[in-house]
Amino acid sequence: MLKIENLHVKLEVEDKEILKGITLTVPDGEVHAIMGPNGSGKSTMSYVLSGKNGYQVTGGSAHLDGTNLLDMDPDERAAIGLFLAFQYPVEIPGVGNMTFLRTAVNSQRKARGEKELSSGEFLKLIRAKAASLKIDAEMLKRPVNVGFSGGEKKRNEILQMAMLEPKMCILDETDSGLDVDAMKLVSEGVNALRDGKRSFLVITHYQRLLDHIKPDVVHIMADGRIIKSGGPDLALEVENNGYADLLAEVA
Amino acid sequence: MALARKALFEAKTADAVARVGIADLPRGGKWISEIRQTALMRLHAQGMPGRRDEYWKFTRPDDLASRDSIPAKLLVTDEKPMFTDIDRLRLVFVDGVFDAEQSDPLVEENLEIETLAEAGARDIHWARDLYGVLVQRGQSPVDRPFATLNTAIAAEGVVIRVTGKVARPVSLHYKRKNAHSDAWLHNLIKVEIGGDVTLLENGPAAARINTVLEVDVADGGAFHHVRAQGRDHERRATTHIFARLGTESTFKSFTLTVNGALTRNECVIELLGDDAHATVAGASVGDGVFHQDDTVFITHDAINCESRQVFKKVLRNGATGVFQGKILVKAGAQKTDGYQISQGLLLDDDSQFLAKPELEIYADDVACSHGSTVGAIDENALFYLMSRGIPRALAQNMLVLSFLAAALEEIEADPLRDDIRDRLERWVERHHA
Repeated sequence: MLKIENLHVKLEVEDKEILKGITLTVPDGEVHAIMGPNGSGKSTMSYVLSGKNGYQVTGGSAHLDGTNLLDMDPDERAAIGLFLAFQYPVEIPGVGNMTFLRTAVNSQRKARGEKELSSGEFLKLIRAKAASLKIDAEMLKRPVNVGFSGGEKKRNEILQMAMLEPKMCILDETDSGLDVDAMKLVSEGVNALRDGKRSFLVITHYQRLLDHIKPDVVHIMADGRIIKSGGPDLALEVENNGYADLLAEVA
Repeated sequence: MALARKALFEAKTADAVARVGIADLPRGGKWISEIRQTALMRLHAQGMPGRRDEYWKFTRPDDLASRDSIPAKLLVTDEKPMFTDIDRLRLVFVDGVFDAEQSDPLVEENLEIETLAEAGARDIHWARDLYGVLVQRGQSPVDRPFATLNTAIAAEGVVIRVTGKVARPVSLHYKRKNAHSDAWLHNLIKVEIGGDVTLLENGPAAARINTVLEVDVADGGAFHHVRAQGRDHERRATTHIFARLGTESTFKSFTLTVNGALTRNECVIELLGDDAHATVAGASVGDGVFHQDDTVFITHDAINCESRQVFKKVLRNGATGVFQGKILVKAGAQKTDGYQISQGLLLDDDSQFLAKPELEIYADDVACSHGSTVGAIDENALFYLMSRGIPRALAQNMLVLSFLAAALEEIEADPLRDDIRDRLERWVERHHA
């Protein structure tokens, strides 16, 4: 369970508050969507939760299963089960995708005191998972995200998620830059990981992703706050009427 | 002003004479003795470089030019020597002296190979028309007195003629036993039409080493060179490669530099035949007060030739990386494709990367590009790796290797590239933050 309480965040370099008291709970097994206009702080929230530099938490808390996330380095947060699927996955030339994934999987296992996977075990695991995302051996061998198309990058993010088996997955605009087929493929990958215990926080601009990944709760975020929460219908309302009415409601 | 310049010139000349005065010219046959005498005369005219020389702006030549070398403590290491899994013709030099006992018999198909001492002792030898010739060609527009000096007094090295495709690489394996060794090696390679050979060099050569490698590649010939300037923290090295390329020939050289008190690698290449290709690349890593200089000069003097310079330097704890790279495209060298990139990765605030990229073009139908960057570890990439559970130190190591990868890609043969990568991986592990 992810529990965020009254989270206030400002930029490290300037006195600009981005998150102005976010309170949000994602119980085990649920999918929550966050929608909101540009600049409302959605991506900032995903970065702060996963530990990116450049932000300063000025108030509030964030816990994953009772563990305070905000005191931890990004790798420690990952090891206890947090995963962020990046909006813009980073290219790492010269590091093979497979090497990267095995290092990640085994680093997490090591941090949790579990036995590391042998290369045989790892290969077996990744082949099965890659196949379902239509990721071929060639793509696994190539350097991380280098020369990948937009769709390939996002599929690669979902593959990492599948391999790392996190408890809490944050998807930051995973639908951006995807065509209809790719969105379907990515969504299927995500849905395959829904097991009644794993939770998801899906950040998106568009309702159409939520046709594929059905949310339990939809939150609307604006100007660093959650202004309204509701069922899946709320996403449809945004799709049809835009944010203007909602913003007017709270003003 | 003129007086001052004259005084400086005289001082430099005296210095040069003093430097050479420590050793009589080596003995040899008539042909090589003449070449050495000529080189000595040229050296008197050139003098040794001083700090005011533009070409030595970033690297102090003093410790390379001084009469006595500074002793260099031997580094005790249990590291496996490089290239051991590769079938090769192995020649061993101990403190710059050929060791026949430890070397393979100098017999190989499509190869004539002799030590410089043997070849030089002959009255007549094919090398007579080539030895020192490429060094001399490389003295314009910039003097390279250390190479001239080498030509005058080097008595060790190998002389190789390649008449076809050579099955296994020729490997020069250097060992060092002496903290005071001051060594000179001069290697000469003549790749005949259609010849194809790979030269490997590795190991600590001497406390102070000055090397010259002359490579003449005839039409359609190919020369590949992979060199690891092995771990030897206190050694000082000045190395030179002089290459001349014929039509449709290939020259590829890669150098790995690891630490070392002072390294100056000069590489001078002339593309004289149409459709020739030259690559000179390097990866250097320095953790400590080490100075690593790569200075490259490539002249295009034929049509439709390609040249690549790819240099990557990782620096920490006071290390200095230097790159001086020039592409000169002569009038008429149309369709030249010249590429040059030099990049420094600084792992702290105490290190520096100094670069001087230059293009000089006298033809109008050419494509030349050059770039030089210096920066720190990419925070975005670091966050990406860490967000997958990879601890900071390990993530940083991966990014260091990632940074170096483009230089390693210039090595054509997989096993050689793997060996170099392996060496770098272990360096990165030993030296991580």
